[in-house]
Amino acid sequence: MIPVKFDYLAPTSVEEALAALGEHGDEAKILAGGQSLLPVLRMRLNAPEVVIDLGGISSLRGIRDDGDAIVIGAMTTHHDVRDHALVHEHALLLAKAAAEVADSQIRHRGTFGGALAHADPAGDLGAPALALGAQFVIAGPGGTRTVEADDFFVDLFETAIGEDEILTEVRVPKHTGWGAHYEKFVRVAHQWPIVAVAATVKGSIDEARVGLTNMGSTPLRARATEAALAGASATEDGVREASELAAEGTNPPSDLNGAAEYRQHLARVLTGRAVLKAAGAQ
Amino acid sequence: MTATQDRPAAEIGKDRRRKEDQRLITGRTRWTDNITLPGMLHMAMVRSPFAHASITSVDTEAAKASPNVVAVLSGKDFGAELGVCINAWPITPDQKTPTHSPMPADRVAFAGEIVAVVVARSAAEARDAAELVDVEYDELPAVIGIKKALEDQVLAHPDLGTNKSALWVFDSAEAGTGSEVDAAIETARADGILIEREYRQQRLIPAFMEPRSVVVDPTGEQITMWSATQIPHILRFALAATTGVPESKIRVIAPDVGGGFGGKLQTTPEEWIAWAVARRLSKPVKYTETRSESLMAAHHGRDQVQTLTLAADKDGKVTGLKVHLDADLGAYIAVVGGGVPVLGAFMFNAIYKFPSYRFECQTVLTNTTFTDAYRGAGRPEATYAIERLMDELAAEVGVDPLEIRERNWIKHEEFPFTTIAGLEYDTGNYEAATRLAKESFGYDALRAEQKERRDRGDRVQLGIGVSTFTEMCGLAPSRVLGSLDYGAGGWEHASVRMLATGKVEIVTGASAHGQGHETAFSQIVADRLGVPFEDVEVLHGDTQIAHKGLDTYGSRSLVVGGEALVRAVDKVIDKAKHLAAHLLEASEDDLEYNDGRFTVAGTDQGIAIQELSTAAFAAHNYPEDMEPSLDAEATYDPVNFNYPHGTHLCAMEVDTETGAVKMRKYTCCDDIGVIINPLIVAGQVHGGLVQGIAQALWEEAVHDEAGTLVSGSFVDYLLPTSADTISFDVVHTDDPSVCTTNTLGTKGVGEAGTIASTPAVVNAVVDAIRHLGINDIQMPCTPERVWRAIQGSKAGGATETPPDAMPHFKDGALNQDEGAGQ
Repeated sequence: MIPVKFDYLAPTSVEEALAALGEHGDEAKILAGGQSLLPVLRMRLNAPEVVIDLGGISSLRGIRDDGDAIVIGAMTTHHDVRDHALVHEHALLLAKAAAEVADSQIRHRGTFGGALAHADPAGDLGAPALALGAQFVIAGPGGTRTVEADDFFVDLFETAIGEDEILTEVRVPKHTGWGAHYEKFVRVAHQWPIVAVAATVKGSIDEARVGLTNMGSTPLRARATEAALAGASATEDGVREASELAAEGTNPPSDLNGAAEYRQHLARVLTGRAVLKAAGAQ
Repeated sequence: MTATQDRPAAEIGKDRRRKEDQRLITGRTRWTDNITLPGMLHMAMVRSPFAHASITSVDTEAAKASPNVVAVLSGKDFGAELGVCINAWPITPDQKTPTHSPMPADRVAFAGEIVAVVVARSAAEARDAAELVDVEYDELPAVIGIKKALEDQVLAHPDLGTNKSALWVFDSAEAGTGSEVDAAIETARADGILIEREYRQQRLIPAFMEPRSVVVDPTGEQITMWSATQIPHILRFALAATTGVPESKIRVIAPDVGGGFGGKLQTTPEEWIAWAVARRLSKPVKYTETRSESLMAAHHGRDQVQTLTLAADKDGKVTGLKVHLDADLGAYIAVVGGGVPVLGAFMFNAIYKFPSYRFECQTVLTNTTFTDAYRGAGRPEATYAIERLMDELAAEVGVDPLEIRERNWIKHEEFPFTTIAGLEYDTGNYEAATRLAKESFGYDALRAEQKERRDRGDRVQLGIGVSTFTEMCGLAPSRVLGSLDYGAGGWEHASVRMLATGKVEIVTGASAHGQGHETAFSQIVADRLGVPFEDVEVLHGDTQIAHKGLDTYGSRSLVVGGEALVRAVDKVIDKAKHLAAHLLEASEDDLEYNDGRFTVAGTDQGIAIQELSTAAFAAHNYPEDMEPSLDAEATYDPVNFNYPHGTHLCAMEVDTETGAVKMRKYTCCDDIGVIINPLIVAGQVHGGLVQGIAQALWEEAVHDEAGTLVSGSFVDYLLPTSADTISFDVVHTDDPSVCTTNTLGTKGVGEAGTIASTPAVVNAVVDAIRHLGINDIQMPCTPERVWRAIQGSKAGGATETPPDAMPHFKDGALNQDEGAGQ
């Protein structure tokens, strides 16, 4: 499989990358880990004239403590997110979800920011980021701005990132001590999730955050479920009513892996399981 | 010279690591795409996006103007020199066979069919220019799916007047092998048990690891084709037969080939186009398909609807089986396309004694990728049907599925046994294989757990599936193939070259593509000839070296090719004995041959085979009545198929809330006669099991109504990986049923796992939820299908199945009443 010919740029700073993006506009595509972009190029589903590789910008990699949040560089790999002590301590849900991304090879190449910016509703990182109330730091020609998770995901493969902007880092508010579980439903291990539920809970259960993967054109939050879980007991009976609300307001796809109605059923069942596992009750 | 004492006692039965693996696994070898010739040009194909359309114009000007493009050719640029793609197995004299041009000039009949080829100096430039070829089509109505094809409203090939290609029938009453099946059915309907079912064998894609690739070099006296093929000899014959080039001017090489599973048992449009382009331009050319092209245009497998009627008495003793198959050939009848479902005719009766049997196979043409052999080829479909039916019969009678099989199977003391389909099974011991499998599986404990979970109403239910399979393999006695109107024979050829230094080259007409022939054949020769394993070199896959052969498919290489090899080795030993007697000045009657050495009985005199090789080479002293050579060859035509069998037991857990299924345990006891290399056998069994399990659970090639392949990438065509499988429990009986029709006593194993496992898995899934009133789940058993079946049973049969989940069933199909399980 051979992509259409393109020019390749490898900036070493965000400023340089933004300048290149400014120059080439919508003829350019940003290359992060390449795990989604390269198949698209090789199958000739897209043919940008310029590919701007962020791989040489070292400031975009790494995870740091920043007071009430941890900050994850956009070019940090799934593997590093999965294994990082700060993530485990303050945003366990992200570690759990990153562990479920595709396979080991892809986790070593694919990046946290790249996956979020690609905004595939079946991607594993969107729902956890949404559930944790992540903030997206976006650099553009006029400086940087921060977008709340609720405003970041706009539509299928569409985010708040402008054509002349780059996602540089993601601030994840600390959820220290919260239990977490990412319940992913697949037919084969390396598949995109048919449905997945990202749940993180404080106590058992004082508060809960629940994100849904592949239940609409963007990652979704099951807010009715979250509200019903506050004060619920971490038992099958205790979470049943809240789980039944999980598919409210969803609009999942129908494809070879399942009709929308089946996905909604799965969302309800998997939400109950995810919440109980997050609470350590299963 | 190597001393014969260095050789370990017995190679046969030893877990030899495969000698070919280092080069195959590292890729530092001659895969076809690795071959680069001076001045070589690269090809890219322009393929039809439409399933059925007239080609109104092909504008190549822009493509021709693209950088480094040498030629752009479409169907109308070629005449007879392009040849045709052949069907070597017309199953009936009146079979309707559409002409299959490698690159039609007027009309395309499936999405992915080639309409033009671009030739450029690099593969990238060829691909770029291919996008500039402007083809105009007039779309024609397309017929997709067996049900639509049978209606004959829309025709895949309007000039044929029908989509029905051929009807092939076997009837035990007509053949004299048994009685009238309709009588048995009437009796059962009145006073017995009648099981009527329709099963679907979904379309699969062979999905070999190495995409197909072909290189043609027309610059020598012989035109050479390298191809990632299973069948270099058949390919050479077909090129000669269809392109007017004398066979003696054609050399075909199958270098190392990365898997086939039947998917490279084909003579392809891509090969024919590469051949014609190289000859037209007088330049070497290469074409390597992309994975997308491979999924779309390399042949598919399976794709049948089976309508089945099993008649039995009240005790579950089968009195008759009636089978009607509708088999989708796709747009053309590929090299053995029509014959694949017909092979199943001999296997529906499996290991059982059925007094009456009728088999009908209706082949149909549709506007989809053509179908042909895929691992098992006809036999998995048959085995699936009968093993699913036997479980249904057991449920009806209310006995254990192993018990119902035992009431019907051929007992070990009844061999040799001539079946209702007319085959003579030489040996088998179904009791022994079943006993060992049950024990290793922990059958009784799992049954107890199943009951406990059922009683408790556990969310996760356990099911146990049985498959007691046999197969006919070792294709094939040539006379049998002749009687089935197949275009070739089923013999195999081998030769042995005794080199001057004492090393041994053996040449086989079998054409390995991952099986481990180099290792297994070396073991056979090492033992039989008494030379070190390392001293044996196995040559294959080049028609100038292995000039005679019928290639590799149908679990034939060891049982047919191995026997040819044994016979050639024995001829070498006979010649060597004559020479040894001469040199030792002894009588041949006094010579004994052990561990590669002739000794004179009662003396310490002797001579090693390697010394005899050197003596024959020097030719200074040899008997007048022989030529100075120990080399020998043999062509072996099998007198019968052979019949490996086994008992496969599978435990599946079904999550009744989500419909998800999970394998808990899988045990198989295969009786394959004498085992040459247990490690290779384990590899064949493991890989075979996974492919069979994949049909049960994951894989399905789906076309939409317009004929576009929806499952056109591995995102949608679900291939399992090791992460999706469990450790299989593979056992063999200590006292195997040795094959009586070959010297080594071997039976085939390449397809066994694939044939046996599919029904074992589906039987287990159905068994887990049978108590909910479910008696079938359509393959692949997706979580959604399982969930819908459970929902349907809960709602008393009110759940509607969305059309995309079951696109192929006939309305009102026998076991497809709503809620009975999809």
